[in-house]
Amino acid sequence: MTHHQPDLDTSPKVSDEVRKTTCYMCACRCGINVHMKDGKVAYIEGNKDHPVNKGVLCAKGSAGIMQHNAPSRLRAPLKRVGERGSGEFEEISWEEALTLATDWLAPIREKHPEKLAFFTGRDQSQSFTSFWAQGFGTPNYAAHGGFCSVNMAAAGIYTMGGAFWEFGQPDWDHTKLFMLFGVAEDHDSNPIKMGIGKLKERGARMIGVNPIRTGYNAVADDWIGITPGTDGLFILALVHCLMKAGRVDLDYLARFTNASVLVNEDPKSEQFGLFLRDSDGEPQVIDRRTGQLAPWNGQGVEPDLAATYRAKGISHRPVFHLMADRYLSDDYAPEAVADRCGIPAQRIRAIAADLARVAFDEAIELDREWTDFRGIKHDKMVGRPVSFHAMRGISAHSNGFQTCRALHTLQIILGSVETPGGMRFKPPYPKPATAHPKPHCKVTPGQALDGPHLGYVQGPEDLCLNDEGDPIRIDKAYSWENPMSAHGLMHMVISNAHAGDPYKIDTLFMYMANMSWNSSMNVGGVHNMLTDKDENGDYVIPRIIYSDAYSSEMVAYADLILPDTTYLERHDCISILDRPICEADGIADAIRWPVVEPDRDVRGFQSVLCDLGARLGLPGFVTDDGSQKYEDYADYITNHIRRPGIGPLAGWRLGENATLQGGRGDANGGQLESYIKNGGFWLAHVPENAAYYKPFSMDYQNWAVEMGCYDVPQPYIFQLYVEPLRKFQAAAEGIGTRQPPERLRGQIKATMDPLPIWYAPFEDGHVDPVEYPIHALTQRPMAMYHSWGTQNAWLRQIHGHNPLYVPTKIWETNNFQEGDWACVTSTHGSITVPVAHQASLNENTIWTWNAIGKRKGAWALDKDAPEATKGFLLNHLIHELLPPKGDGLRWANSDPITGQAAWFDLRVKIEKAAAPEESQPVSPPIKSPVGQGPDELDWKVGE
Amino acid sequence: MHPAPSVIIFTTFSGLGFGLLFWLGVGALVPTGLSAFIWFAIAYIFAVGGLLASTFHLGHPERAVKAFSQWKTSWLSREGICAVATLIIMALYGAGLVFAGARIGIFGWLGAAGAIATVFTTSMIYAQLKTVPRWKHWTTPALFLVLSLGGGALLGGQVIEALILLLIASSLQFYAWVTGDTRLAQSGTDMASATGLGHIGKVRAFEPPHTGTNYLMREFIHVVGRKHAQQLRIIGLGLAFALPLLFLLLPFNHIFAALAVLSHVAGVLTLRWLFFAEAEHVVGLYYGKR
Amino acid sequence: MTQLPPPSAKKLGLVIDLDTCVGCHACVISCKGWNTENYGAPLSDQDPYGAAPSGTFLNRVHSYEVQPDQGAAQLIHFPKSCLHCEDAPCVTVCPTGASYKRAEDGIVLVNESDCIGCGLCAWACPYGAREMDAKEGVMKKCTLCVDRIYNENLPEEDREPACVRTCPSGARHFGDLGDPDSDVSQLVAERGGFDLMPEQGTKPVNKYLPPRPKDQEPEIDILAPYLEPVAEDGKGFAHWLDKALSSLPGGAQ
Ligand SMILES: Nc1nc2c(c(=O)[nH]1)N[C@H]1C(S)=C(S)[C@@H](COP(=O)(O)OP(=O)(O)OC[C@H]3O[C@@H](n4cnc5c(=O)[nH]c(N)nc54)[C@H](O)[C@@H]3O)O[C@H]1N2
Ligand SMILES: Nc1nc2c(c(=O)[nH]1)N[C@H]1C(S)=C(S)[C@@H](COP(=O)(O)OP(=O)(O)OC[C@H]3O[C@@H](n4cnc5c(=O)[nH]c(N)nc54)[C@H](O)[C@@H]3O)O[C@H]1N2
Ligand code: SF4
Ligand code: SF4
Ligand code: SF4
Ligand code: SF4
Ligand code: SF4
Ligand SMILES: [Mo]
Repeated sequence: MTHHQPDLDTSPKVSDEVRKTTCYMCACRCGINVHMKDGKVAYIEGNKDHPVNKGVLCAKGSAGIMQHNAPSRLRAPLKRVGERGSGEFEEISWEEALTLATDWLAPIREKHPEKLAFFTGRDQSQSFTSFWAQGFGTPNYAAHGGFCSVNMAAAGIYTMGGAFWEFGQPDWDHTKLFMLFGVAEDHDSNPIKMGIGKLKERGARMIGVNPIRTGYNAVADDWIGITPGTDGLFILALVHCLMKAGRVDLDYLARFTNASVLVNEDPKSEQFGLFLRDSDGEPQVIDRRTGQLAPWNGQGVEPDLAATYRAKGISHRPVFHLMADRYLSDDYAPEAVADRCGIPAQRIRAIAADLARVAFDEAIELDREWTDFRGIKHDKMVGRPVSFHAMRGISAHSNGFQTCRALHTLQIILGSVETPGGMRFKPPYPKPATAHPKPHCKVTPGQALDGPHLGYVQGPEDLCLNDEGDPIRIDKAYSWENPMSAHGLMHMVISNAHAGDPYKIDTLFMYMANMSWNSSMNVGGVHNMLTDKDENGDYVIPRIIYSDAYSSEMVAYADLILPDTTYLERHDCISILDRPICEADGIADAIRWPVVEPDRDVRGFQSVLCDLGARLGLPGFVTDDGSQKYEDYADYITNHIRRPGIGPLAGWRLGENATLQGGRGDANGGQLESYIKNGGFWLAHVPENAAYYKPFSMDYQNWAVEMGCYDVPQPYIFQLYVEPLRKFQAAAEGIGTRQPPERLRGQIKATMDPLPIWYAPFEDGHVDPVEYPIHALTQRPMAMYHSWGTQNAWLRQIHGHNPLYVPTKIWETNNFQEGDWACVTSTHGSITVPVAHQASLNENTIWTWNAIGKRKGAWALDKDAPEATKGFLLNHLIHELLPPKGDGLRWANSDPITGQAAWFDLRVKIEKAAAPEESQPVSPPIKSPVGQGPDELDWKVGE
Repeated sequence: MHPAPSVIIFTTFSGLGFGLLFWLGVGALVPTGLSAFIWFAIAYIFAVGGLLASTFHLGHPERAVKAFSQWKTSWLSREGICAVATLIIMALYGAGLVFAGARIGIFGWLGAAGAIATVFTTSMIYAQLKTVPRWKHWTTPALFLVLSLGGGALLGGQVIEALILLLIASSLQFYAWVTGDTRLAQSGTDMASATGLGHIGKVRAFEPPHTGTNYLMREFIHVVGRKHAQQLRIIGLGLAFALPLLFLLLPFNHIFAALAVLSHVAGVLTLRWLFFAEAEHVVGLYYGKR
Repeated sequence: MTQLPPPSAKKLGLVIDLDTCVGCHACVISCKGWNTENYGAPLSDQDPYGAAPSGTFLNRVHSYEVQPDQGAAQLIHFPKSCLHCEDAPCVTVCPTGASYKRAEDGIVLVNESDCIGCGLCAWACPYGAREMDAKEGVMKKCTLCVDRIYNENLPEEDREPACVRTCPSGARHFGDLGDPDSDVSQLVAERGGFDLMPEQGTKPVNKYLPPRPKDQEPEIDILAPYLEPVAEDGKGFAHWLDKALSSLPGGAQ
């Protein structure tokens, strides 16, 4: 034989050591194994034991090494020396930086704590940063939820005590029909991919509802290329078909939802539209055993969906009747909605029939006993194996809250929430709105705020308004403009602060949010607001402090930069008090820890807050003798006590007799070590008989209390009818003492309906749909994370620029050819960008990848980087305010209920344009504070 | 295919050099002494220069000697061996002519055969590639050989032979183009077979794997405009064949002869540029490009 | 060495499920990461922060749009790396013997210390599976993670290619395609796995599973309407509701 082959060592040493921590390139927070060689990061892979990702890792996660080594990393604290926006800085010491920050902030706290606005982007330490802001005493704190997906979160919490992503997930192991609405990537991105893989393996069916057929929607068995903004209508048409055919889970609706709760039906009553309650305030149902009134949660009660109740001349009907009145109407018939949705009526009917068939004819049963909160024993768990998941495609519209509510309603009438094969909550969810705090906003100079900033209002009485009825918060959260803004409105902070509406602030303090670029609307306008000066030549927003780890576009606009470490160099905790990493079958939290030490003068932001908090003497950050309480974030994570027995981490807490236990217990000095030993996370399994029906199951409730999710069991029923919405609506009708301003009455009445409705996206009413006939969207590329990863040497080769994808009809009408450019115009502005053809696209929709466009000078990239010359942002076309209508007033481009930024309402027109030298508009280059990256890379550590 | 200068220069000049060596070897011209030295020098400069040029595109030219090992399967290896063997034999043959004024016939004939073998093996490097349907055809070695011999004859002042061979070469070239233009389409390899998705419908490349370029795209995807190619073909034919033929038909004159050679070389360089630039590698199908 | 060994009984390779791949590029980057640190020279990147970044990758994900005669266009994500062909033309063209196919498992490799970087093997590969590293001047290709799959320094469960281990949707399968009873062979048999460019005669070991038929409503009884209304009006519905409820447990009636 003449074949020879060299001797090959097939068992080379892989690394010196594996350090297990948590990824940070998105909200998924996968477990990672960081392979170390010679003390350096050599390779990153998924952690197989981790509850979130079970070993898999996305492209961003695997490219973490390039993230960590990025030349765009900041090196030391920076003080601005040039004009704002120029990018001219000098490096200063931490002592100087912290003294400066203290000098700026201490006087504010003494006199006007609200003049500090502290907003924290895609912060994964919100329970800590909010604690800091609370100690400072400013009401002006929130993270990024308002511009992200608060509609989904709030609609879910108000309706069923949880939404998707960190709140819940489809029962991937049992579901037979899965419907996905408006998702390109999701917060729960790896689990979704793993879930889709499981469906495929079992040959289960998947339907994708999305104007764009890429990614998940490309592998879906059926694609519904819906017209943007019309999902609510489509979903309610499905509800119509199912109700009309009686293909709803009546038993489930009666027992586990407020479909059976009685509503006051008398338009003349002050209580019109509110629940009939007993003296304890409990909503009433008719007990089918007795035909009499009973509290919803009475022992043994069998609530009736049909029976009405009349007392003192006022009739009360169960919610289900109101639902029948509304949804059986022909307004919701498939034929009535088909044109607007762009889906043939037959197809809507077919999908409704499929849902019904799978939910009821293919129902599954698990032989597990469980007991509900009424003390009724169930000998098995009946599963409705249809499941749903949705994200920003239905959430980021001005009708998103109600659309998300409609979707939850659809799942609930099918009886598929928290039943086998349906959608399951992840502890500490389910947790109804009433179990969450309410927002707090009482400011006392020199003191802490009266409670946590963010929460769930139950009616007008909970709004954050001053005695004049004006908003207390700079972002106008919890005001009449958006009463249920559970996550605040980060996207309004800069424009409100600039306008001095509702008031002027002194210092804008931000963390981890690229607010001058891809997370802002009206990018050019924001640049002007950040650099605008008053008649004295002072900046209108006097001071800006910002913490970033990289040389992002936002850095150029700050006066003081507090450079952060990378995620591999700091402690962090992914806490159950915050947005944990739990799975439906387990409660879990996790940490990050410094697997490498920083090689430069940077500090973990949370540790900096511990220091700054102590310098400012914030309660919770100083000991009784006034000294610094938490040396650093690790110290805080270990020793902070939120409620008795409850701290940031639930794993390895100290029980009696110094035993270690999960859930509740005292602080344990060795806690972080235990986490590290266990791979960076802690996990406790939900007992089998508590794994479904969690909101209603006493087995689950008791276990959740044991785990510290809450202090007493709080079973509840799903709120198909959301009474707090009705309270706002009633106020708009003139009921009650707290009244909305006249200009908002109509909007509140129309939109804050206690039962899900659909109304056209606001932009449709403010912009001429004939002149601007096209919907323009963005999608997240799976291999890139906003600006976060775009300077990453490996990933930017995959997505170095972003064409505008155009459907066949528009492509042909405009006679576009490969390589062409087009001018895209909205009422607010126009951009000139490269186009590409896509046939698998809704015929009235164009789109591009989100946040690939970069500004010259940022991210240590060459000034001719394709991100800056061919890449672009759609954000230039989107304004935070809608164009004025008849009344001359400008309405926020947000959901009127939650304030969620309506990114996807955008309407445009398009025409062919001569190819410019670069994508338009071009923002002037900024000076890079970190120079430019190297010319070649062959990263290999070790020998 | 990327028309890399190194391979264009390599194939053109080594072709000419080995062509000349062939004519020297068969004794079509039997110079001696200094004149032999000059003739052989010209042939060696072309042949060796071309071979050296080819090493410029190697990532590790210092390991080039390893390339002789795989003669059992590799045309590149065979080419290396043939080239070196030919050069050695012809050096002996040349030495005889230069220093002894004697023609050692056996070396001459062996060398001539070696020169043909070298050019043939060179051509087979391309003609063997199923991935480039335009090349995978008998016209590739035929054309390489005829061009090499014709060019060598031209260089060696073998007017009649040059006339005949260049005429044959021009028609071969023409034939190669006509048949080559459709060969990819006829090869059975298309986007449907590349992706296996043809049974669903018409396949179109949507997004490439990277927005930037990569080695494969640089190396294999080179789209020449149709009009541009037609013009170059005419120029190539004119320079490589028509003009030299014209010069040859004119009464012999050293200037004309030199012009004929120059024109021919320029023409062959053009044709070689087209040989690469027009060749479509099937990998382009994955990028939706030819 | 350039000669192909006699066909091995064991044919290690990948099976890629085009019905499942969501096009996330995770496999691309984990491959880049693993192979930058392991087998041979690191996979370099030129102009990584500049105007024309370009680097070596052993696995790339394309996407194709397919327009059927009837119905909506479909999009298919399409990962591609070396297919470890049985009749690997890239091996036989190699002049140095640097390219070889392993006799024991059929993995096609480049012995970098023998490679002169002539590029011919890349020319011979119809699939674009080989890339010359611009910094190192040697040919790079998928190694099928030969330094993982037998690596005794890795836990047993990790002895699979980096791309397979990382793929979030489970679209990549690794195994012995020479063994008809292996999981991968069974999958290929069940799902109609196919070869890329079979006419090239390379006999790829890697197989692709076709996308399942799309946009086909499940079969329904065409005679029956999709969903039969329980009643034509609201009153009728209320009546139906009463009746329906009485059949549920806990009713007073
Ligand atoms: N790789 C990567 N992962 C990420 C991020 C990232 O930047 N990169 N970001 C993280 C963050 S902050 C978030 S908020 C999540 C967001 O995760 P997703 O919600 O999945 O994000 P988007 O890309 O905004 O996707 C919106 C989808 O909705 C569709 N859509 C738009 N309008 C409509 C409509 O009216 N109806 C329907 N049915 N669909 C519509 C769009 O076509 C798009 O597919 O992703 C997180 N994960
Ligand atoms: N057109 C359009 N615009 C959108 C969206 C859309 O769908 N369409 N989506 C919106 C949504 S949902 C979101 S969430 C926003 C996201 O927008 P942003 O919240 O602004 O997110 P990024 O741009 O990814 O990153 C913010 C900053 O965090 C910095 N950073 C990264 N790592 C670290 C670290 O470890 N420490 C610190 N201190 N900083 C770090 C990055 O350098 C960057 O400057 O964009 C919004 N913008
Ligand atoms: S999905 Fe990707 S980026 Fe997000 S945490 Fe997981 S590995 Fe990291
Ligand atoms: S990792 Fe899996 S799903 Fe992602 S592109 Fe690769 S094969 Fe496809
Ligand atoms: S895919 Fe290409 S590189 Fe891999 S074995 Fe086949 S021919 Fe060779
Ligand atoms: S590039 Fe290297 S492996 Fe490829 S054919 Fe040339 S010597 Fe062989
Ligand atoms: S098997 Fe290994 S080398 Fe091959 S593509 Fe996968 S990760 Fe890359
Ligand atoms: Mo977001």
